[in-house]
Amino acid sequence: MTIDKIKKAIIKNILEIAPEVGEDEIEPNENIQRSLELDSFDFLKILTAMNEEFRVEVPEKDYSQVDTLEKMAEYFLRRA
Amino acid sequence: MPSLGADMESAVLMEWLVKEGDSVSKGQVIAEVETSKGVIEIEVFDEGVIEKLLVEPETECAVGMPLAIIRAKGEEEAKKDISKEEPTPTKAVAEVKKEETPREERLKVSPAARKRAQELGVDLTTLTTRDAAIRLREVEAAATPTMETPKKTKELKTGKKDGMRQAIATAMSRSNAEIPHYYLSSAINMTPALTYLEELNETRSVKERILPVAMLVRAVVLALEEVPELNGFWLDNEHVMSQEIHPGIAIALRQGGLITPALLNAQEMNLDSLMLSMSDLISRTRANKLRSSEMTKQTITITNLGDLGVDSVFGVIYPPQLAVVGLGTIRDEPWAEGDALCVRKVMRATLAGDHRATDGRVGAKFLERLNKLLQNPKELL
Repeated sequence: MTIDKIKKAIIKNILEIAPEVGEDEIEPNENIQRSLELDSFDFLKILTAMNEEFRVEVPEKDYSQVDTLEKMAEYFLRRA
Repeated sequence: MPSLGADMESAVLMEWLVKEGDSVSKGQVIAEVETSKGVIEIEVFDEGVIEKLLVEPETECAVGMPLAIIRAKGEEEAKKDISKEEPTPTKAVAEVKKEETPREERLKVSPAARKRAQELGVDLTTLTTRDAAIRLREVEAAATPTMETPKKTKELKTGKKDGMRQAIATAMSRSNAEIPHYYLSSAINMTPALTYLEELNETRSVKERILPVAMLVRAVVLALEEVPELNGFWLDNEHVMSQEIHPGIAIALRQGGLITPALLNAQEMNLDSLMLSMSDLISRTRANKLRSSEMTKQTITITNLGDLGVDSVFGVIYPPQLAVVGLGTIRDEPWAEGDALCVRKVMRATLAGDHRATDGRVGAKFLERLNKLLQNPKELL
């Protein structure tokens, strides 16, 4: 598993769950939810889709470790 | 054709899902129509048999135009048309006319397709559909290749949702002109509810977790059961309370505008089913897959601007509803308990009420009940 592959999966899931978001709007180090105006349901759906793909559970207390594209990719890379 | 929103004057009947002679039951989806808000499924409001379909697919129909004749169960000859069946509280709103945007001549285009074409910059005259009306999917197909470029994406973000903007403008102007609002606000200690939720979610997989907003909606519904005066309508100078609780959940669309579809019969849901239904409602709102009853049956509005960092929401009531419940951001704040000063998760819940129907006392009672429920989160399961 490479970090690029995980990033691609995250971006694909974001675009599926929030089709109005443009791919160029996703900045690697910006807070995903705030910068893309995703609500808590969207964010949970992204984590659910990632869980189905990589079998990684992100407990609620770790949410701060997955709040940007870069951090989420690293989090999944360490555990997938 | 039922009125499916404040601004709706017409919609295109896209498809019949039943044929003549079919038996239909209450709540069954019988047709799909395309409006300025997207594709909506039309439900039937009584049992009966489809006697005659009066309108061909792809026809634009004005609000109030009969679409089909349904013979009610047990009735032999008496005929009714389905557009008369549903007592739509939003119908009155539809009387306020909006200015029509000029239309391309002789092109049959559904309202949603026309609007999308404007947003995407698709020239409708370049689309050919063999005499059939141009629909949403043709416009989107035509726009797909150009959507890849960053320039187009930018235009998309600032693109106007004209029909929807007009609908909001009409309803909100009417609200502020007619409804004497009163506003109340309460700071609620959310630490007990959030701690409880954290413990609950710890044992659950991602997809079974409950979000704080679902718990808040559940608490609002339970508080409304105890203070039913806020749940219903102001119709013909009369206060009409509703037994069913269909909260309209304000869902902001990222491309602009707002839809508040109803979470139907929320009083029958527990916390888990409410979470699932809300998640499904939001997905279907974004995917343009709402049903007619979800567009017309709201008995109160709940607006949660917490995700956007807002402290207090002072809402504008959607007529003919009676109230808006506003939920703000949950923040760490200093909180006095007894003699001690501590830090707690605090949220401001607000209520905008129609002073013709209720007084501040009723609103205060509601916020007090809401607060009490959130201090005993086990009761919210």
